[in-house]
Amino acid sequence: MEIFWYIAIAIVLTAFFILDGYDFGAGIIHLFFAKKEKDKEVITKSAGLFWDSNEVWLVAAGGMLFMAFPTFYASVFSGFYLPLIIVLWLIIFRAIGLEFRGQFKYQMWKDIWDKSFGISSLLLALFFGIALGNIIRGVNLGTAENGISAHEAHYFFLPLWDSSFSPLTTHPGVIDWFTIIIGLIAVVTLTIHGANWIILKTNSSINNKLKTVIFNLNIVLTLLTIFSIIVWQIVNPNALDNFINKPYLLIFPIMYLIGLIGLFFIKKIQKNSHAFLLSTLVITGGIWSSLASLFPVILPSINNVNQHLTIYNTAASEYGLSTALIWGVIGFILIFVYMIIQNRLTSGKIDNMDYGH
Amino acid sequence: MLFYDRLQFAFTITFHYIFPQLTMGLSLMIVYFKWTYLRTKTEKYNNAAKFFMKIFAINFTMGVVTGIPMEFQFGTNWAKFSELTGGIIGQTLAMEGLFSFFLESSFLALFIFGEKLMGQKLHFLTGFLVFLGSWASGYFILATNAWMQHPVGYEILDNGKFVLENFSALFTNPWLLPAFLHNQMASIVTSAFVVASIGAFYILRNKHSEYGKLFLKTGVIFGLISSVLVAFPTGDWNAKNVVKYQPATFAAMEGIFETEDAGAEIVLIGQPNMVDKKLDNKIAVPNILSFLTYQEWDRQIAGMDQFKKEELPDNIPALYYSYHIMVGLGTIFISVMLLAIFFLWRKKLYTIKPLLWIIMFLVPFPYIANITGWYTAELGRQPYLVYGLLKTSEGVSPTVSSGNTLFTLLGFVALYMLLGLLFLILVGKTINEGPKPKSH
Repeated sequence: MEIFWYIAIAIVLTAFFILDGYDFGAGIIHLFFAKKEKDKEVITKSAGLFWDSNEVWLVAAGGMLFMAFPTFYASVFSGFYLPLIIVLWLIIFRAIGLEFRGQFKYQMWKDIWDKSFGISSLLLALFFGIALGNIIRGVNLGTAENGISAHEAHYFFLPLWDSSFSPLTTHPGVIDWFTIIIGLIAVVTLTIHGANWIILKTNSSINNKLKTVIFNLNIVLTLLTIFSIIVWQIVNPNALDNFINKPYLLIFPIMYLIGLIGLFFIKKIQKNSHAFLLSTLVITGGIWSSLASLFPVILPSINNVNQHLTIYNTAASEYGLSTALIWGVIGFILIFVYMIIQNRLTSGKIDNMDYGH
Repeated sequence: MLFYDRLQFAFTITFHYIFPQLTMGLSLMIVYFKWTYLRTKTEKYNNAAKFFMKIFAINFTMGVVTGIPMEFQFGTNWAKFSELTGGIIGQTLAMEGLFSFFLESSFLALFIFGEKLMGQKLHFLTGFLVFLGSWASGYFILATNAWMQHPVGYEILDNGKFVLENFSALFTNPWLLPAFLHNQMASIVTSAFVVASIGAFYILRNKHSEYGKLFLKTGVIFGLISSVLVAFPTGDWNAKNVVKYQPATFAAMEGIFETEDAGAEIVLIGQPNMVDKKLDNKIAVPNILSFLTYQEWDRQIAGMDQFKKEELPDNIPALYYSYHIMVGLGTIFISVMLLAIFFLWRKKLYTIKPLLWIIMFLVPFPYIANITGWYTAELGRQPYLVYGLLKTSEGVSPTVSSGNTLFTLLGFVALYMLLGLLFLILVGKTINEGPKPKSH
């Protein structure tokens, strides 16, 4: 039952990163590449029409995590207190950027909210990557010093950074050189994804240029990926054990690879939806490879005193989990139905859709 | 440590609840306008529905961005509480995500953008589903809160964890239905007063006056019905639940310091004096409280002297004022709406300017009544998070220092000031433009 909810939450989180990921990416593209007013407007629209229904997936993931793994939820949310609250603020800035830009015609007004949308999109992508980096690296659970825990075994608190910026100290911060690398991977991946979304959904004048951008970023992504796998071995020498013991898990790195290689042919791909599918594969493969490398651990302990948090020692009761299974299945069927209805009605390019509110 | 955590939650939830209380009630009124349009084919009603959908959308966005921090704060600031009770309230909160947010957000987009695409009947249906989603959201939140006020269906393990024992008990909780209905009626009060207030504004300014009359009429009719239902029977049911399940809270919110054997008086005005344990400058009517609570004039009601200090709420004056502000405002709402309905019946409502000014300026007060109502529930539950079982001081995050909490609290205050300002600008602009469709 723990495994079922683990997978369900992973799917919901992945859906969040695929869906809200494209509007983060659109924000980054908007920040760096959109120069003409028409392009800025249409890119804002390509995110603005969808961001709130995309962010529902984050809320759903949070709620499910709370229900199924309350100890993990409590530990991680209080331990990563500062970065999480900052993420909340960024989400708010991004949303007001999207919603308020079109309300007045003054250039200054538009410029303010364009920057608000773009910069918070960039920082959010970075922070989400850093978060994944922290999960992979692990934390000092119980804040142990010389073999003695300062807190209960599953609690911790991370400052934003430690002066060494190293993942190898006993008290690493949220931001260190390893998590920054993972953060950059997230930024590059979501930028590619967002560019694909813009090409797919709009007729912006930079669509052709974006294909070159995707190609170049893909080179950067490949280099970053290779580099991260090497340093991962330094941070966690057992990182690849799960893949050796359970070779079927290799499906996830393979998904990532297919996406990565496919994106090099971006200029030859005829259907834009195929390119979007490739960046979706990269995101999915990346997240699931990271999760699979840890499974069944969900937050490693970097000290020898306290054990890792796993899906088994953080889960709610069996009765609760199996009851939730019943309503969970009904809920997911309904969501699936809404998505089909919504997709049928909003398919195609969005340039001429009314974005009046 | 505890102080800033409580202040941050109070501040962020107060600000958040400005928005859902309007959207829940307003979605019902939008459904009403759309339904009337389908029946009468009068274009005016369709424009009214679309106009209020614009107001709804702004509020919905605000509700989403200020709502995500609420869910996160369970974990960030109240980690111990989340760890101990997540197996139970996680159920209702996760159900809210799955059953109401997806419904609401998917169909809101369709309602706003899809009228031409779908035809009128489907358009009505999407509006109805938005209404359903927003009310479902309220239901799951109230179910969560009901469990904290009156815990049911649980078992406590040796390590202090609350484990779910009976899922359906969460929804048959005797606290839930009265609280939900009271809350929803109060949310209709807010939306009705907003609609009426915009109507009064249009009439007074002599702008969009055709819509002004429609809004004012609809607003006062919804306003009277909901203001009455908020007090009776739903408010009454809630008070009876409080006296039954949280008698110490009841004594504190009513301001009864000493038990009177011959029946309890109802306090109208007075300031709690916590040093001398009495109300200063009290105006009270004898025996009414006993009658309202038990329908017996001389029934004894336990005063605060009957309870140990640690069983009583920790901020009695704030609780007392919250409750009395809510009740006082509720009484004013019923009076004003009765007056408005009387003049509507005599066909004079649109011309009596003083009354129109009053209705226009009454708009902040249902918000205050809603929020003080929630303060009554939440301050009344203190010093517990889970009534009688888990103290608020035991629920706070063990590793987050007060310096960090103050930092985030200040950040939220600054950010929400900005958000509030933008919200007012945007709503003001929308109201000023009015419901007339743009000429293409």
